[in-house]
Amino acid sequence: MSIAAQVLAQSADDLKNAAAAEGAGFAYGLAAIGPGIGIGYLVGQAVQAMARQPESAGQVQTTMFLGVAFTEALALIGFVVFILLKFA
Amino acid sequence: MNALVLAAEESGGLEFPSLSNLIEWKPIIDSIGLDKIGLTHVLSVIIPTIVFFLAAQQKGLVPSGIRTVAEGMIEFIENQIILPAIGADGLKYLPLLLSFFLFVFFGNITEVIPFFQMPANARMGGPVVIALIAWAMFISVGFKHNGFTYLKDIAWPPSVPLGLRWLVGLIELLSTFILRPFSHAVRLFANMLAGHILLVTFAVLSITVASGLMFLVLPFTFGGLVAFTAFEIFVSLIQAFVFTIIAAVYIGGALHPAH
Repeated sequence: MSIAAQVLAQSADDLKNAAAAEGAGFAYGLAAIGPGIGIGYLVGQAVQAMARQPESAGQVQTTMFLGVAFTEALALIGFVVFILLKFA
Repeated sequence: MNALVLAAEESGGLEFPSLSNLIEWKPIIDSIGLDKIGLTHVLSVIIPTIVFFLAAQQKGLVPSGIRTVAEGMIEFIENQIILPAIGADGLKYLPLLLSFFLFVFFGNITEVIPFFQMPANARMGGPVVIALIAWAMFISVGFKHNGFTYLKDIAWPPSVPLGLRWLVGLIELLSTFILRPFSHAVRLFANMLAGHILLVTFAVLSITVASGLMFLVLPFTFGGLVAFTAFEIFVSLIQAFVFTIIAAVYIGGALHPAH
């Protein structure tokens, strides 16, 4: 392999790594937006429900945790993609 | 501030260990490949078994000592998970859900226990197996209690307008039978892995700043480490709770598909 080809191959590898690192950052950052809004809205509504009806706080809390878990899943998948892009 | 930056550069800066250093361990027993993760999984089966066995030895109406703990856990699963998520007819799934809760909880809490300091559920092997058990369970409950209509109601939902029915059915089929076990396992795994990496980050930061002039920021990093350790205890409990209640919701949905 000539020197030029070696340099080209090396810079191609560098480009690939750079793209992976960039993609990893974007993957997690973008994946966190939606769930962030969702969880904020969800917990806010749950607090409102508990303030209006303190006697139903236990039930609201259980349902809230369930909703948070479902909403959060998307951010977590983004986190896994981040790990895969960054390290795998 | 300049002195701090210079001190940081002199000490070689921050060196974060690679991911395999954080989550891969040498086998303790080479011949069967039992490492820290496997040991944790074995312990998280043995310890609850011993606790419940000892509790069952006690006679009499009034519980005391270890039986209070066991009965408290059973009541917690019944009142906080089964009754809201399935209803009174779900009480027969108590043994399965209690096992899920304890297995996941012990696998999580090793994250903050000294000498372990590695959540067993931060490796995909554990969560994926229990998620598959939950998956097999809710599918078999659905077919046992509703027969073929369970599958038909998912693939061809009668409450949806006819024009959209095939699309909703397709999405529902995908989400129920393929995405559910995946998201169920990934939710636990990614939460524990993220918590583990968070604690490692603060520990590495604390070690890095401990030498030289940078020790001025040590209270912040070490304080962060202590605070996040407390937070991770909370997360271990919440994740065990969430894993169990989602398994219960899936079983409840298969038991009463109408709602």
